[in-house]
Amino acid sequence: MDIRELINGAAKIPAGFATVLKTLFVKPVTIEYPKQKREFTSRFRGRHELKRHDNGLEKCIGCALCAAACPADAIYVEASENSNEKRFSPGERYAKTYEINMLRCIFCGYCEDACPTNAIVLEQIEFPSGYTRESMIFKKDMLLVKPPEGVPATPQVTPPGTFDRSIVPYPPIDQNV
Amino acid sequence: MTPLLQAIITSVFILAVALGGFAYTTVLERKFIARLQARIGPNRAGPFGLLQPVADGIKLIFKESIFPAQADKWMYFLAPMLAVIPALVIFAVIPMCKWEICNLASDVNIGVLYIAAILGTAVYGMVLAGWSSNNKYASLGGLRASAQVISYELAMGLSMVAVVLMAGTTSMKGIVDFQQPGNILGWLIFRQPVAAVVFAITCLAELARAPFDLVEAEQELTAGHMTEYGGMKFALFYMSEYVKMIGLSMLFATFFLGGWSGPFVNDPNLGGLLSFVYMAVKVIIGLMMMIWIRATLPRFRYDKLMAFGWKVLLPLALANIVITAILIAAGVPGYK
Repeated sequence: MDIRELINGAAKIPAGFATVLKTLFVKPVTIEYPKQKREFTSRFRGRHELKRHDNGLEKCIGCALCAAACPADAIYVEASENSNEKRFSPGERYAKTYEINMLRCIFCGYCEDACPTNAIVLEQIEFPSGYTRESMIFKKDMLLVKPPEGVPATPQVTPPGTFDRSIVPYPPIDQNV
Repeated sequence: MTPLLQAIITSVFILAVALGGFAYTTVLERKFIARLQARIGPNRAGPFGLLQPVADGIKLIFKESIFPAQADKWMYFLAPMLAVIPALVIFAVIPMCKWEICNLASDVNIGVLYIAAILGTAVYGMVLAGWSSNNKYASLGGLRASAQVISYELAMGLSMVAVVLMAGTTSMKGIVDFQQPGNILGWLIFRQPVAAVVFAITCLAELARAPFDLVEAEQELTAGHMTEYGGMKFALFYMSEYVKMIGLSMLFATFFLGGWSGPFVNDPNLGGLLSFVYMAVKVIIGLMMMIWIRATLPRFRYDKLMAFGWKVLLPLALANIVITAILIAAGVPGYK
């Protein structure tokens, strides 16, 4: 071992020790997960939500395009007919059963892209976790958001002729435009 | 009080210090090294994670006791004890404070020799654990341990010889008394800096701690001699490492930092308590230095470890003894 090399090397040791000691005064970078949560990026795809219109009706029309688009085959939809006495969504049909198997879902967001009414959205919610396989199959009532303030939940009773064919009631035409 | 009763009380006190110290040294290490790496460290069990050693202990007690197939059962069973007993009996000759209760045998006239002998036997636990586990990682770890500890023990012994030359006694009490009169400059670290550095480095090698931890180098050897151990038998190895850390910090404090001495230590009322506090502070600083070193330095390569021990530390310690002897013979002030 060359003596000069040894001395040069030894002279650099205190710098290393000082660097480590400086870290002692750095705020720890740990995020204590259940108590503190890291902010999601703006385009993060988390757990799904089924959205509603402003009048409280569900956006989902039970078309099952999401199930067709799903590469993991995680979505199961069963549709049923709306009536004016029991109305879930505008238009003819609604999703009677809507289930997402969160253990199969790969959070790719294709269901969101496939949806014609923007009913299913991958929101910025943590990936769900659970103790049993059954609890990881999310039913419609777990996915559906609450109706807006002061609006009745579904099923609603609607006057005949309001939602015959259209998906949404036509907004009043603004004459000034 | 009969001598036997007094010995029992003192032994229990020393064991309590060693085992309580062991439990909280693990917490100190984990918390301090976490902060040195910008992490938080254990903080779930109790306030500030202070119950972490209790949780770890309960977990290890309830682990299944496993004997590997083809292992030498008796050696496998005995090795953890052979590792932990030398670590604990070091404390017998260390004067921890002025009180009689801290000193089991600190003024035995061969104190330094006793320590050198005990540290020499400490390697048996590692070697026999490695050999008896019938595991290639364990045997490699055991072989490395024997080579490393024997190589560094020479330099360690020679640095202790310098201390003995200065104090003119091998009694631990005598060494503390030698450093006590006058001011802080009486401490041997100022008169024997080379011996202090050599002793500190060889302590790390003796403990098989970073940067000399290639006995249990995770990346190559899983856990070295401890690979096949689990439950309380593993806990004993863990304990031997941390108890030895405390023991060697105490030895460093005794040899080079004046032991329990410090300001106002001769006060008749507070002196005993103060001496205990000074010793504790010196030991904790020693432990924190070890942890700081572990957080900073990477592991030695095996050939560099051997070269450093034999070609640098051993000649350095020898030259230090020769120079010290000449200075003492010439009667240079501060050396006689």
